Amino acid sequence: MPREKMRALQTERLKELVNRVYNNVSFYRQRMDEAGVKPSDIKTLEDISKLPFTHKQDLRDNYPFGLFAVPMKDIVRVHGSSGTTGKPTTVGYTKNDIDNWSEVVARSFTMAGISSDDIMQVSYGYGLFTGGLGAHYGAEKVGCSVIPISGGNTRRQLQLMADFGSTALACTPSYALHLADAMAEHGYSLSDMKLKAGVFGAEPWTENMRKELERKWGIKAFDIYGLSEIMGPGVSHDCEYHCGLHVHEDHFFPEIVDPETKEPLPDGQEGELVFTTLTKEGIPLLRYNTRDLSTLYREKCECGRTLVRMKKITGRSDDMLIIRGVNLFPSQIEHVLLELGETSAHYMLYVDRKNNLDTLELKVELDESKLTDTIRDLQNLSRKIEHALNSAIGLSVKVTLVEPKTIARSEGKAKRVIDNRNK
Amino acid sequence: MTIRQLSVFLENKTGYLNEMLAQLAKYNINIIALTVADTSEYGIVRMIVSDPEKALDILREGQFTVRMHDILSLEMDAAPGSLSKILNLFTEADICIEYVYAFSFGSKSIVVFRTNNRDKAIEIINENKLKSIREADLK
Ligand SMILES: [Zn+2]
Repeated sequence: MPREKMRALQTERLKELVNRVYNNVSFYRQRMDEAGVKPSDIKTLEDISKLPFTHKQDLRDNYPFGLFAVPMKDIVRVHGSSGTTGKPTTVGYTKNDIDNWSEVVARSFTMAGISSDDIMQVSYGYGLFTGGLGAHYGAEKVGCSVIPISGGNTRRQLQLMADFGSTALACTPSYALHLADAMAEHGYSLSDMKLKAGVFGAEPWTENMRKELERKWGIKAFDIYGLSEIMGPGVSHDCEYHCGLHVHEDHFFPEIVDPETKEPLPDGQEGELVFTTLTKEGIPLLRYNTRDLSTLYREKCECGRTLVRMKKITGRSDDMLIIRGVNLFPSQIEHVLLELGETSAHYMLYVDRKNNLDTLELKVELDESKLTDTIRDLQNLSRKIEHALNSAIGLSVKVTLVEPKTIARSEGKAKRVIDNRNK
Repeated sequence: MTIRQLSVFLENKTGYLNEMLAQLAKYNINIIALTVADTSEYGIVRMIVSDPEKALDILREGQFTVRMHDILSLEMDAAPGSLSKILNLFTEADICIEYVYAFSFGSKSIVVFRTNNRDKAIEIINENKLKSIREADLK
């Protein structure tokens, strides 16, 4: 779609959305009144910056259904987060929302070369988490033969993958890595599998991890982005050129804002990723701040798509650690480990404060092939990793090797950091 | 003059070593010799066992991190100073001993070790006609 046509569509949808939430959601009417903005003030896309932001906390405060814009009789599905850091959050979908969601996931899978010829194994958790059902509906829309196996039970995952000849896999990147590593132990090898594409999401992952997944599985690996507040998986997805993720901007209007001032930033600059749900009926959100850090690019992609692209998420503005004044993202640690290739990429970072000094300890799983009969070789390995981390992040990290498969694998968002400061 | 040794990576957790030994006992693996090298966080358990191949499988099955390596093995004379005499030969040839341990099997006194220069160590063993031990000698 030409840019001008897209902008016209977005403008029309934005105006309609603002009217709708102002009239149907008391929370937004109050926020807009406080900000002194009326629906009639929104005439162009740029006017979006007049609107108030929405934060995760607003969903918690209005738990469970306070932000819904339609009566419950029009809600056909509810999803939610488990709320590990406080009250849970809930989102609701109308029939149209489910159709639109299926559509954007289907578009995403198509970008990954997935078609009705494919057998897709959906190994995201089914349930309140949006991963399982989101991928499921999209895969059905594409016409795939869907295996709704859900997460967990590694042995069964591998058995069905081999027996059914699954050609596409949807799960978190860390679980895909776990499945690859578990093949040998369950008596499978790559030659038993027919997998050709993987669509991985629900947690940030690096380009290096893509390479590792592609090598270990012999597949093409794609990044699917989304969050339940906005819809679930399928907000954006990368094409075969992997130069950022194409945002389905006819449904989800993206902005980048400065993490400090919250002012909109121009294309090409990194900041917090903010979405406005242009078409959502159940729980439409104005300027939801994801706290994910990204950058927008509007140049046409080599694949021919004109959809705006967002840079692969490299971290979140709120999981950024400040260690002795140095900003650190856990993804930087992962990057170093994969670059070195001496250990597995499974790690846990422990942050502590001793004598008012922040300390970092990294527990990382030893690769069996690196085990020798002398302690000195292991100590050299630790020192090598410490040295690489030090030069990459400018911080000294104590590296402790632990046994393989002892760091918890996640089927949802991976927890990589335990911060024991201020406790 | 070499025998196979298993090296197992063990984090310092209470009862962990015993758990591994129990695993081997269950499958009738006899432990001929065992030493531990450790740091404050983890250790490497080095073992000579009756059936290294089978032990390797059992330990891997039990999710232990284990590798098998060849190490040099010699029989010592049952006389005082015999180990010192052997080690002296290597020192004179400028070979460093990375680790060494000794044990007895039946009437034999056996020493196993790793050096920083395996080829040169083998030359020394041959030149001095030191009595080598093979796995068959441990049956
Ligand atoms: Zn593209």
